Amino acid sequence: MSNPSTIRESRGSRAAVMALMFLLAIYFLLPVYFLIVAATKPQGELATTNGLAFSHFNLFENLRILFTRSDGIFGRWALNTVIYAVLGAAVGTLISALCGYALAKFRFRGREFLFSVVLGGVLVPTTALALPLFLLFSATGIVNTYLAVFLPSIVSPFGVYLARIFANAAVPQELIESARLDGAGEFRTFFSVSSRLMTPALVTIFLFQFVAIWNNFFLPMVMLQKESLFPITLGLYEWNGQTARAPLLQESVITGSLVSIVPVIIVFILLQRFWRTGLAAGSLK
Amino acid sequence: MTDIAPRAVTSGGRRRPGGGGPRAGTVIAFLTPFFLPFVLFYLVPVGYALWQSFRVVRRTGGQYGTSYTTFGGFDQYTQVFQNSEFWNSIGRIGLFGIVQVPVMLFVALVMALLLDTPLLKLKAFFRITAFMPYAVPGVIAAIMWSYLYSPQLSPVVDLFQRIGLHPDFLGPGAVLWSAANVSTWLWTGYNMLIMYSALQSIPQELYEAAKIDGATNWTIAWRIKVPIIAPSIVLTTVFSIIGTLQLYAEPAVLRQISSNISSTFTPNMLAYAVASGNNYQQAAAISVVIAVITFVLSFGFMRLTSKKAGL
Repeated sequence: MSNPSTIRESRGSRAAVMALMFLLAIYFLLPVYFLIVAATKPQGELATTNGLAFSHFNLFENLRILFTRSDGIFGRWALNTVIYAVLGAAVGTLISALCGYALAKFRFRGREFLFSVVLGGVLVPTTALALPLFLLFSATGIVNTYLAVFLPSIVSPFGVYLARIFANAAVPQELIESARLDGAGEFRTFFSVSSRLMTPALVTIFLFQFVAIWNNFFLPMVMLQKESLFPITLGLYEWNGQTARAPLLQESVITGSLVSIVPVIIVFILLQRFWRTGLAAGSLK
Repeated sequence: MTDIAPRAVTSGGRRRPGGGGPRAGTVIAFLTPFFLPFVLFYLVPVGYALWQSFRVVRRTGGQYGTSYTTFGGFDQYTQVFQNSEFWNSIGRIGLFGIVQVPVMLFVALVMALLLDTPLLKLKAFFRITAFMPYAVPGVIAAIMWSYLYSPQLSPVVDLFQRIGLHPDFLGPGAVLWSAANVSTWLWTGYNMLIMYSALQSIPQELYEAAKIDGATNWTIAWRIKVPIIAPSIVLTTVFSIIGTLQLYAEPAVLRQISSNISSTFTPNMLAYAVASGNNYQQAAAISVVIAVITFVLSFGFMRLTSKKAGL
């Protein structure tokens, strides 16, 4: 098998494969690299210098302007994003885990029916819900409040689906039975035994729900008029729409975009293995 | 064997009728924290949108009469289907989906297959760079790309101009594909990772047998690996169809810098524009139609592919 011609051939295809993958890597990195370069430049040099080359290092001044603009509204948006996406995903993970665990481990009538309702929910696009929710929420007066975005965000049928798969795989039925024989209540068993066995799965569910909320632009846009309630995405969108009239905002949109994606990218890379378990489970069906 | 059967009977006898496990109250306590908000914020809005879509606004008397809503049958739906803007937005998104989804999934599949061969080095680097855009929300991705499309700021346009080309990424013919590029950038790595995870779970012995029979890496990839991970490819296709029909944020951002994107560019943008004009019943009907098209396409695709595979 290892005659010279196959070695040459495999070297050739190896080089071609590496070249292709490097081209794709450049494609994925280009916008982020551009953003990093642009965020370090003074506003005046955005249009006059090469977009891919660093010039005057002005990042700290750009950050100062970003965080002091309009009485520090960007910091407020960042905090709001944490409330909606981090707190929302945490609450969502807890309720999904309880529900998915019960659907996996308890036997009761209507279990399969409830699960198929949840599965139907996975296919309901969240954008289709935003407008009717707006009407319902305006009738109850919670439109334009934190709750208007927070409450719908905690519901994740996909999280329940994952929790059920993970609970089946990670929590042995005998363990639950023996906890019952020891007289432990179901909630105690869940929080002290089962949830620990499910921890990697819970991280995965949390990550998926975080992304769903972080990505959901339509819901906050429909629900919120008050700038002080905006998540970062909606705030940057508003600023971006004003750059024609106020060109100085451009640099803040760029710096703000960089500031908001860098921590998320870092966390995602650190938690890589949880993505892969989740995506593998998602494709099992 | 003999002593297992009686034990099973006793434990069965100890249990309450209707099956083993916890009491009904406990089950309800586990389910309610999810199902209460699920009903309130998922099922009720779906029902409400359906109900709204069968209502119409009428006025008592002439132009100055007070308005009231009443049952209107399929009036709203007739209006949707007679609205040329609706069909234009569907046509645009259909063209977008027919081109963007296969291109994206093909690139994702090739990457996943290459990451799964011994040919490649620096695997972790390639995997992470491809997946990284998934951390970026659509709005911010579109903002980043809009700077790369803008004739004043873009280093990409600069490069093209240096070799004598003058691309207009925001022009009337190109802007749809500029939006498609943002989606491709965002989702290729995610889809690649779904396919890659499926490839990783195939036992290696399967390939060894093929290799002994003289199969090349190429044959193994397309004849063995791709058919095995077909369910993942179907799944990513369905996700992509759903995502395409929901498109909103990316074109909305590009609209801020391009006059070639109308306020009714995608079906969802149309629904929002109609709702902003206070015509909620019409907006509800549009949303219902989009949701039905989404269901039909995703289920249809799943049925089609599972029939083909003989499942």
